[in-house]
Amino acid sequence: MAAGTKVLIIGEKIDGHLSSTTAELLAAGRALLQDLEGQLTVGLIGHDLAAAAAGALEAGAERVCTVDDVLLQDSPAELCLKALAGLCQVAAPEIILFARSAWARELAPRLAGRLGVGLLQDCLEVGIEPDSGCLTALRPVYGGNFLARVRCAVSPQIAVLRSQAYEPLAPDPNRQGDVVPVPVNLDDSQPRVRVVRRVRHEHTGVSLSEARVVISGGRGLGGPEPFRDLEELAGMLGAAVGASRAAVDAGWVPGHWQVGLTGVTVTPELYLTIGISGASQHMAGCSGAKVIVAINTDAEAPIFREARYGIVGDWQAVLPAFMEAVRSL
Amino acid sequence: MALHVIVTAKQVIDPDMPLSAMRTADDARQVVTPATLPPVMNGFDEVAVEAALRLKDSHGANVTVLSVGGQFNLDIIKKPLAMGADALVLCQDAAFADLSDSFVTAQVLAAAIRKIGPFDLLLCGRQASDWDNAQVPLLLAEMLALPCIPLAQKVEVERDCVIVEQLVPDGYDVVEAAPPALVTVSNELGAPRYPNMRNLMAAKRKRPVVWTHADLGLDTADLSARVEILQLRSPQRSRECEFIAAEDGAAAGKKLAATLHDAGLI
Repeated sequence: MAAGTKVLIIGEKIDGHLSSTTAELLAAGRALLQDLEGQLTVGLIGHDLAAAAAGALEAGAERVCTVDDVLLQDSPAELCLKALAGLCQVAAPEIILFARSAWARELAPRLAGRLGVGLLQDCLEVGIEPDSGCLTALRPVYGGNFLARVRCAVSPQIAVLRSQAYEPLAPDPNRQGDVVPVPVNLDDSQPRVRVVRRVRHEHTGVSLSEARVVISGGRGLGGPEPFRDLEELAGMLGAAVGASRAAVDAGWVPGHWQVGLTGVTVTPELYLTIGISGASQHMAGCSGAKVIVAINTDAEAPIFREARYGIVGDWQAVLPAFMEAVRSL
Repeated sequence: MALHVIVTAKQVIDPDMPLSAMRTADDARQVVTPATLPPVMNGFDEVAVEAALRLKDSHGANVTVLSVGGQFNLDIIKKPLAMGADALVLCQDAAFADLSDSFVTAQVLAAAIRKIGPFDLLLCGRQASDWDNAQVPLLLAEMLALPCIPLAQKVEVERDCVIVEQLVPDGYDVVEAAPPALVTVSNELGAPRYPNMRNLMAAKRKRPVVWTHADLGLDTADLSARVEILQLRSPQRSRECEFIAAEDGAAAGKKLAATLHDAGLI
């Protein structure tokens, strides 16, 4: 019999398939297992999990444990939590990894609470401490002004990883492994939190989280009107428009435009910022961008520490000429 | 009967403090700031207080604010009273001085909430601006076995039902739960109010209730951190910014477009 599960990756599926962030977690899990002995297992909860389970094996899992129940279809938090707790009981992992997502934001801390253990939040990197064998992680704190090396003091040790922190392993369609259904009794009793109505924003143009180019405006734009220019520019570039929290809190743009720690995480090829100072709360949402460009009047603004290209100047002079030049490309 | 709303609040290092003023302590396990730069109330907690006060405006709620720490700056921690809250409970003890551990913080808050007695709604800021863990409210929901609704942009109570607009990535859900329930509040709710003169004067006269670990029936041996801080350090910046130089803004804008085009980015 093979060694038990050492690392349990809590997987997510998007449109029926394994999410790319789960594949990143598998790379992180594989790296941890270089220093440990045991199995790399993916746990999946939800309904219709076959494709995602196959994807998990392909992406590097040695075993997949599933809690498949139609009651989990809309991801009600309380039932998901019950399913996750059941999964942990069967797999008995020493380390549990989540990807930072809207889903995990509620479930990972509540699972830690239910298990009575700690949780390493928002990790850029995880590792095994040689002396103690404990899970350690590096994570930004104080708005990214400091990096903290933290350690879980009790087992199971749980970490939530930032997306793009690890490069997925090369997929191998021939990789074999067991898919083990885990029975969890999710009784159909009335959930304590009931969804009465779902309100969704109309999708106009490119989605922020998937855009190849994102243009974001901040406090420096001074009002809502300049965002019309950004939208026009976005139309020319096939880009999405985002904003800093300052612009959202000022009421200039809707909340779902917000990029940052408490908003959307974007991972474009090009992230063009205009009038954004680059507080680390904002940078937490765009640090996965390949190239950051900043237009800002303040040469000392932290955004220039992260930017590849910068213009120190007034956007009112720069932007019209930039748009004109883009138009003629 | 009036609603009873409890709001948790935390005193934090001012997140807008200049970076140069923040440094790590000698043991490199905490961040220290000069005594001349006072802490602030966590911004998300102020929004949670605002949510409670809106219920007070519409329903006549009784609002109790609860905090935990080793020591408090009373001018800061009394701000919710100046905004209009009714009572302030401080869990203050040398044993609560190191509050970096979310689990221990939640243990203390849970004990205090049990001691405060019956309530309808427990409101918490979605996260604190120092460590951004966003864990304490969710741990409280587990420890107190409360229905939990994270990330509210609107909180209402109608006919013995808590109704919340809960933010989700592409919109919001309208959800409801029976009280007592826990709701975490996001900045989308709206700006917290400024203290008015009447409340400011009343706040000066109000004395916080102070509870130690003994008052809360807590054994300090049970308050062991689940997460240990090994080291804090400044991040290294590796990216070099190439500044586009030109005679004026318009020329710089034009040059930037050419640069990005040459790099295959647009």
